[in-house]
Amino acid sequence: MSVRHLYVHLPFCAHRCGYCDFVTAVGRSDRHAAYVDALLRELAQERRVLADLETVFLGGGTPTFTAVSELMRLLGELPAAQEVTVEANPETVTPALARTLRGAGVTRVSLGAQSFRPHLLGVLERGAQPDDVRRAFAHLRDAGFDNLSLDLIYGIPNQTVTDLEGDLADAIALAPEHLSCYELEAKPGTRFTHAWGEELARQAEAMEDYFERVVATLIGAGYRWYETANFCRGNKRSLHNLGYWLGHDYLGIGVGAVSTIGGERRRNTPKLSRYLAGDYAREVEALDDGTRARERLMLGLRLDDPLPLAGLEHALDPAGLARAEKLGLAEQRDAALTLTERGRFLGGAVTAELLAR
Amino acid sequence: MDQSHIRNFSIIAHIDHGKSTLADRILELTDAVSAREMREQVLDTMDLERERGITIKAQAVRVTWKGHELNLIDTPGHVDFTYEVSRSLQACEGALLVVDAAQGIEAQTLANAYLAIENGLEIVPVANKIDLPQADPEGTAVEVADLLGDDPSRVIRISAKTGTNVAEVLDAIVERVPAPEGDPDAASRALVFDSSYDQYRGVVAFVRVVDGSFARRESLQSMATGTRFEAEELGFFSPTMRPVDSLSAGEVGYVITGLKDVSRLRVGDTITSVARRAKQPLPGYKDVKPMVFAGLFPTDSDAYPELRDALERLKLNDAALFYEPETSQALGFGFRCGFLGLLHMEIVRERLEREFDLDLLVTAPNVAYRVQEKSSDEWREVHNPAEFPREVEEVEEPYVKASIIVPKEYVGTVMEQNNDRRGTFDHLEYLSPERVHLTYELPLAEIVLDYYDQLKSRTRGYASFDYDMIGFKPGDLVRVDVLVGGEPVDALSLIVYRDFAYERGRLLVEKLREEIPRQMFDVPIQAAIGARVIARETVKARRKDVLAKCYGGDITRKRKLLEKQKAGKRRMKQVGAVEVPQEAFLAVLNIGKGQQ
Repeated sequence: MSVRHLYVHLPFCAHRCGYCDFVTAVGRSDRHAAYVDALLRELAQERRVLADLETVFLGGGTPTFTAVSELMRLLGELPAAQEVTVEANPETVTPALARTLRGAGVTRVSLGAQSFRPHLLGVLERGAQPDDVRRAFAHLRDAGFDNLSLDLIYGIPNQTVTDLEGDLADAIALAPEHLSCYELEAKPGTRFTHAWGEELARQAEAMEDYFERVVATLIGAGYRWYETANFCRGNKRSLHNLGYWLGHDYLGIGVGAVSTIGGERRRNTPKLSRYLAGDYAREVEALDDGTRARERLMLGLRLDDPLPLAGLEHALDPAGLARAEKLGLAEQRDAALTLTERGRFLGGAVTAELLAR
Repeated sequence: MDQSHIRNFSIIAHIDHGKSTLADRILELTDAVSAREMREQVLDTMDLERERGITIKAQAVRVTWKGHELNLIDTPGHVDFTYEVSRSLQACEGALLVVDAAQGIEAQTLANAYLAIENGLEIVPVANKIDLPQADPEGTAVEVADLLGDDPSRVIRISAKTGTNVAEVLDAIVERVPAPEGDPDAASRALVFDSSYDQYRGVVAFVRVVDGSFARRESLQSMATGTRFEAEELGFFSPTMRPVDSLSAGEVGYVITGLKDVSRLRVGDTITSVARRAKQPLPGYKDVKPMVFAGLFPTDSDAYPELRDALERLKLNDAALFYEPETSQALGFGFRCGFLGLLHMEIVRERLEREFDLDLLVTAPNVAYRVQEKSSDEWREVHNPAEFPREVEEVEEPYVKASIIVPKEYVGTVMEQNNDRRGTFDHLEYLSPERVHLTYELPLAEIVLDYYDQLKSRTRGYASFDYDMIGFKPGDLVRVDVLVGGEPVDALSLIVYRDFAYERGRLLVEKLREEIPRQMFDVPIQAAIGARVIARETVKARRKDVLAKCYGGDITRKRKLLEKQKAGKRRMKQVGAVEVPQEAFLAVLNIGKGQQ
């Protein structure tokens, strides 16, 4: 086995934001040590599938909410990799933490800024204020990080065009190497949808062009729109996430974590107590060739690089491809497929169009 | 039995006025069926009939009462089956006219009563449901007597539910209804007043023997269709099948023919003996023609063979059903079906969905048109707007005489509705100081689209309505085509009265704009007469459609979302590059609704 990407899930958070549907656990500081033990146990069991690692990604939850000593113990035990990313919430980043992370071999930090407008941060139930983001950013820079990413959310209830432009300008002013910009998803069943769903539906039309504005503004500021929701300067793509989009295998450890290895996808139990007890209760999905090919198409078309079609022919509907080409949404050249700019704005619909029946 | 002791009668009643309950009481009272073994309402056999409270297929039941043989011939209760009703009535000498004493006369009662009178039947009027607190037996008796030119004292007041005075009804049948007067020695003739198809025994014809007699195993022939067959079995219902060796003049019964298709032995045809052939058929045979047409398409195009088989099987039992394959650019392979009327259409559709478990898309119904094209002196009938020529010399459309009974305060609104629908006023009369009977001549096309619904809402449900076909008349009609994304959509074409074309076209494109989801490009929707666009709307292109984030943890879920999106596309019908949901094809059904 030669898995080169490792994902480590750290579920703990100070507070669960209304829109979040990840596997999280609020507080539980008494369990942090036990959880790191459990992670290391799982890693030991799975280690044989790992080759020399290209990337490690610590996601959450809020990885930096985990007790620092436990986080350090974990980082100390993880195999080395070319890129080691840790997700962080701005309010958790102190100069000491920044230095400690850097010292523990972390190469990249992804900061959950989401917005620089206080009223929108309120809607999102985020704990940080705009100045916390700027401060955290400065601490990370001071500690020597040269690969920082900011997360922004747009399409927030009551967000005006001026709000959006302000957020983008404030983010650009910090000159991060990488930006992830997501449209807010009001997922069914979340507290957030309950509170804001109707308001969002009402504003849908007014916010219809926010995606286009985000892309135009960031490209104007010199960023590369290398994936549907991700932008980078120079060559600073997220190598870990690029692994997913290129269809590489990955090992995920932790509660609710997903792995895809050799045609099999499995998900650990989302229940913390079970996971701590070493009972992974894995949900396993066999991925046949057709499914893998469809996923390659779906993931590959999110990228700006052309998608080589070799091996994917049977996943493609030729009539759908012809229609998409005729509508100026996709281009086929040298046995590779690229979506045009408009095609990328409609990427989901275009992919559905291209998928073979 | 000696003809003088035979009485053949049917029951005329509006839905829910108590026909089936009275029939049940008659069977009980004459010991044809014991109360214990009696299922509720034995005459109605099909579930569907029971649910709708109407009878589709007539049957005849023989009972005995005080030394007489009484044949109760059941009639369908609805306008679409006027011809079948008229044949059933022709098999009788008398009819019970049953009116709900709490409701009074309704339009359907009136239509069938007139039909009975035209057929020369002796009418025995009955006021039913006198046990209800709100019943007005006296007022109803006066209303009914006025209609018949009879004396109110001769209207029998009964409660079929409790059995009160039902024996008097049987006595009145024996006393007032004349005995049959056919010639028992003449060449044999029998009227087919109904038929049904049995999987094992073939076509079962319900007959009234008029002259002569028929014996088991005799070679028989139908005079209109010329079909030959053998009487495999003869008999009557009482209420179950009782085989006999022969049926003779005046009697009512069944003939099992072994024929494999009801269309070979049509209602109204005359059966005679091959050995002793009658010279003249009985009068009144008509080849009933469907007047209302609609396209039936399987929602899932793979179900086309099942739909074809189901229609074949329904046709075995329903000679009036017409169908032929239709190919629509928009909806794929299906059938253009012809029906006697809207209720017939609804029944067929429900049977297809319920008995055959089919998921159907039924296009907006249209009527039959007679068309003479420019540069041709031949007339042809058009059943599908998509085949309606764009250049016509002359067009004719079917007309009906509509009969409406309403409380007097609604006369104004009913007249307004009829005027809006190209109606020509014919007649108005007061049935009582409170109730008015109105008749109008109207194009059938105006009735086909939600006329009855609108009438009901205008009159708060008080109007009762019936109609009769009166033939074709010229009409100033145009074909309006709909273009979606520049492509004409055959399934949305409609034929409209020229003065209504702009309004209809505008409403239709507005409705379509709501029904067609936004696509990856702008979609113009146009209504046009020939090359002239009369209305236009645009479905604006979507500007974004992406799955916001997609990482290792949710690839499966995101893939399933896209696969679902793809499956959703498959249910859409492709018009050029535009994906049109099936519901949009029903938009034409809904235009004009919610206007008033």
